[in-house]
Amino acid sequence: MIEIAGLVKRYGRLPVLQGVNLRIARGRVTAIVGPNGAGKTTLIKTILGLSRADGGRVVLDGVQLNGGVDYRARVGYMPQIARFPENLTAAELLRLLKELRASTDHGRGTPDEELIDRFALGPQLDKPLRTLSGGTRQKVNAVMAFLFRPELLILDEPTAGLDPVASSVLKDKIHAERRAGLTVVLTSHLMGEVDELADDIAFLLEGRVRFAGALDELKASTRQATLERAIARLMTQEAA
Amino acid sequence: MSAMRGGVIARVVRYELRDVIKSRWLLGYALFVLLTTDALLRFGGGGTRALLSLTNVVLLLVPLVSTVFGTMYLYNAREFTELLLAQPVRRDELYAGLYLGLALPLALGFLGGLLVPFAYHGVDDASQWRLLATLALTGVALTCVFVALAFAIALRTEDRARGLGVAIAVWLLFSLLYDGLVLLGVMLLGDYPLERPLIAAMLANPIDLARVLLIMQFDVSALMGYTGAVFEKFFGNGGMAVAITALAAWVAAPVLLGARAFRKRDF
Repeated sequence: MIEIAGLVKRYGRLPVLQGVNLRIARGRVTAIVGPNGAGKTTLIKTILGLSRADGGRVVLDGVQLNGGVDYRARVGYMPQIARFPENLTAAELLRLLKELRASTDHGRGTPDEELIDRFALGPQLDKPLRTLSGGTRQKVNAVMAFLFRPELLILDEPTAGLDPVASSVLKDKIHAERRAGLTVVLTSHLMGEVDELADDIAFLLEGRVRFAGALDELKASTRQATLERAIARLMTQEAA
Repeated sequence: MSAMRGGVIARVVRYELRDVIKSRWLLGYALFVLLTTDALLRFGGGGTRALLSLTNVVLLLVPLVSTVFGTMYLYNAREFTELLLAQPVRRDELYAGLYLGLALPLALGFLGGLLVPFAYHGVDDASQWRLLATLALTGVALTCVFVALAFAIALRTEDRARGLGVAIAVWLLFSLLYDGLVLLGVMLLGDYPLERPLIAAMLANPIDLARVLLIMQFDVSALMGYTGAVFEKFFGNGGMAVAITALAAWVAAPVLLGARAFRKRDF
């Protein structure tokens, strides 16, 4: 679904992405993993057009992204940090997004508000967002990502800040949508979570993809039983 | 297509307005202007004297509040901006929405604080009406200028403490340092004809521009001596149109500068 070729991004003189090549398959869950500062969030933001690449290209369904915005009608995004205008309520925020998408949303059906019930967010919807806890705001964040029945879902550290119950709810939702054909790209530091959710994995180190492929493939090639050990193996191999 | 674009701007403005209008800072600002205006009308001895005192409030407070509020708002709205940019929304539309959504409530807060006391204290005559209208319009113009400057600075500075510092430095320059520098220049170059450079210096500072526009409405410009005479002559010869155009340019230039930074920025 997404083809990334030779993607380069610098912040000032600091190189973040140094020629990333990656194919993300339709209908699968791809986890982007790697140490802090490896460029995971930058990669995601470049796909979303939030960051502008200095070189290389991102091709979505055969169309190269070049600053157009219409493709985002098919994309859902859950950012890492959930900070919203303090005096708005979650309900108002959701309404704003619906209004913003109204003109591009033909044929997407009614908004998917299943997570509102699953998270039991109902009573929180009409309170100012500043009064909600970090975890609750993160739930609102998750609701917004699924709201418009996206074809591509991009999640940046989705379960960070969620309690085990909410985290399970979110994972169940990701599984369900994946079965229904959704393509998911996510970043995570939790290898257990990646093991549970991902079909494919892309290991990012110092701005380059050091491994990309199916989870089982990685475990087999490093001869390790768990993902954590496989990744650890990969990192020590790099160091050697 | 253009109707749809306007739609995005209007929607962002509407929700941002709803957020900002509930902010305690905005309420505090409007109340401060209101109480000052009320006190000056009550104890300042007559509407015209009160209006003259209010020019100083407008020239100092409005730019300062717009600068600080504008900078902080943009830094605080960073994640919100990111969220909206992940929607099928053009950057220019979002920028216009964010700008109007802040400049509008700030201008309304100022207007409310200024006009409400006059509504119940009353306005004496036509000349006072003209003064009040000029005061209201320059206040709104300065709000637009300094919110735009704050946005342009905040968008070009990653670090929020530095951004706020730069924004306040710009305010300090325009509101206080600039006049000192111009005065120094006048003293050093007193032997030369300075009419044109002085007019240029005035046009190059939005606060000076607003000040002169206001002072010219009072019958005190004679008190300004040499410079007053220079400006009198300038405005007598259609300079008013030039001054208003310059003030409009002072809104447009930083807005466009900010839009360019917003277009290129990584979120």
